[in-house]
Amino acid sequence: MPTWRPDPTFYPSPRLAMKAPAETLAYVASFDPARAVPDVLSVVDVDPASRTYAQIVGNVAMPNVGDELHHFGWNACSSCLCPNAPHPHVERRYLIVPGLRSSRIHILDTRPDPRQPTIHRVLEPAEVAERAGYTRPHTIHCGPEGIYVTALANAEGEAPGGMFLMDHESFDIRGRWEIDRGPQRLAYDAWWHLGYDTMVTSEWGLPATFENGLVPEVLLGGQYGHKLHFWDLHARKHVQEIDFGTENQLVFELRPAHDPTRAYGFVNSVISLKDLSASIWTWYRDGKAWTARKIIEIPAEPADPEKLPPMLKSFKAVPPLVTDIDLSMDDRFLYVSCWGTGDLRQYDVSDPFSPKLAGTVRIGGIAARATHPKAGSPLNGGPQMVEISRDGRRIYFTNSLYGAIDEQFYHEGLDGWMVKLDAGPDGGIAFDPTFFVDWPKTHRPHQVRLQGGDCSSDSYCYP
Amino acid sequence: MRPETAWPWLVFAGLGMFHGLNPAMGWLFAVALGLHRRSRRAVLLALPPLALGHALAIGVVAAAAVALGLRVDPVIARVAAGGLLVGWAGYHWLYGHRHRVRIGMTVGAAGLAVWSFLMATAHGAGLMLLPALLPLCVMPGVAGGPVALTLAAVAMHTAAMLATTGAVALLVYDWLGVGVLRRGWVNLDVVWTGVLAATGVGLVVTA
Repeated sequence: MPTWRPDPTFYPSPRLAMKAPAETLAYVASFDPARAVPDVLSVVDVDPASRTYAQIVGNVAMPNVGDELHHFGWNACSSCLCPNAPHPHVERRYLIVPGLRSSRIHILDTRPDPRQPTIHRVLEPAEVAERAGYTRPHTIHCGPEGIYVTALANAEGEAPGGMFLMDHESFDIRGRWEIDRGPQRLAYDAWWHLGYDTMVTSEWGLPATFENGLVPEVLLGGQYGHKLHFWDLHARKHVQEIDFGTENQLVFELRPAHDPTRAYGFVNSVISLKDLSASIWTWYRDGKAWTARKIIEIPAEPADPEKLPPMLKSFKAVPPLVTDIDLSMDDRFLYVSCWGTGDLRQYDVSDPFSPKLAGTVRIGGIAARATHPKAGSPLNGGPQMVEISRDGRRIYFTNSLYGAIDEQFYHEGLDGWMVKLDAGPDGGIAFDPTFFVDWPKTHRPHQVRLQGGDCSSDSYCYP
Repeated sequence: MRPETAWPWLVFAGLGMFHGLNPAMGWLFAVALGLHRRSRRAVLLALPPLALGHALAIGVVAAAAVALGLRVDPVIARVAAGGLLVGWAGYHWLYGHRHRVRIGMTVGAAGLAVWSFLMATAHGAGLMLLPALLPLCVMPGVAGGPVALTLAAVAMHTAAMLATTGAVALLVYDWLGVGVLRRGWVNLDVVWTGVLAATGVGLVVTA
């Protein structure tokens, strides 16, 4: 039902969103790697004043097993206040939760009890494939024309992957997004510059090259994604691609500046075939075209082969494996997950071409097995999906990447956890010593979404 | 001017103000362009194309009304117009949220006029004027005839819309800031849909 005033969690600008009240709940996608019991969407209490702080206080089980919940998002967000396509009187209420493996899409209702959402609707895989022409739904973004969903494969599970639209009220699939895809074949993440009418998409690979784990021959052959694509957001036409070169594999998470007048953003390449390093690139507008420049390179760390999984033994080194990055609302701090080494780094990117390391914590890691003040024993897995509160003071992250890939790098098993950092107003990060969620052993946690919005859920039309 | 001839003009002006107040009709776009381009001038430059697009949308409906009014029995015209309004209100209620977005923040003057035309048309802005337009078509013995009268009506409506759009845009740009949207953006679409439906029913009932 339409409301009389805009949803109170919608903010016209990132500056105003930073003043939002602190979140009290976090939603976490949680999957069973054995595909024996249903995946769940877990609700974690993140209110320090609560008796159940840092505990899972709710779980919504999916109706099937083996979905592999991964990324998810809201039905509506601050972009509803945009002047060119306004629909401000909808509620931020439903979570769109796809199964990356099953291609099933769940719509969860967070009212009336946000601690115990209910399943509102399920779109079955056949319906998704037929109406969207795509499978393996991944990133969810609320935007000018409804809900945008990236998908890693077409209806047959092959190339091209792409994007489709869903109605943000009925949740019907409205069909493929691209009108002219140009040379784009692989898909992964998508986000945009609303101020520049530009969509940006990135690349992973096709299901056959990740659903049973990364394929070494494909990786060493440089055949995973290594390009960025730029699109006219409203004409839905491909306008430009930027190739990082085959040595920079797995171009993943897109973090455009939140300020819509800033024409730049950050993206990570997980691994370099040259030396196992990981890199962060800044893309930016240069005259009438987009271009990109490598701004951070994180080297691999030498390690005792005894501590390494079979895949890495001969390299005698741990690749940092930067698998997620996230940008604070004021576009000032970039958080970088090094899933391999166990670092979670904070860079000051006030100057997007001259990043300065402002803080580091280490937890887990293939060789390091660093612990947490509250855990007390060595931990496996490493910093992975990272989410920042709107005011930039709290950072949450989990440690699982993808079921089949977890085992390749953490071959002795991966036990899920979720932790929180406190960030200083001018940089510096430290563990909240009281926040360590020892994840139930049946499941592993992936993406985190914060109640009311976070730093990768909303986009803004006003500076 | 006697009261019975004055009321349509008051309606044109009043609805012009109502349309101008609606953020979805343009003042918000003008503010956003000003903020993006860091220029008060950009706010002002956005106003003429917004008004032009709106005037065209109103003009199309007015032209159709005149054509209809001159050829068809007034009772039938009123019933047909009323039915159209009620139907439009229903469409707007059900599907108003799912328009294809064609124009974004890098828009130029021509694009802004197109956007304004599309928004006004989709919202049924012109249809809302029908009750006041139809009497003009059948008003006997007026200098200039119905065409001149209709043009004057569109001009009057657009002038009121432009004045309101400009005033609100500058008020928000210079003083209030876009933070006002959070509480101040009441659901005019509900009011709008209600006005469309009520106008339609009124036309049919009084036919």
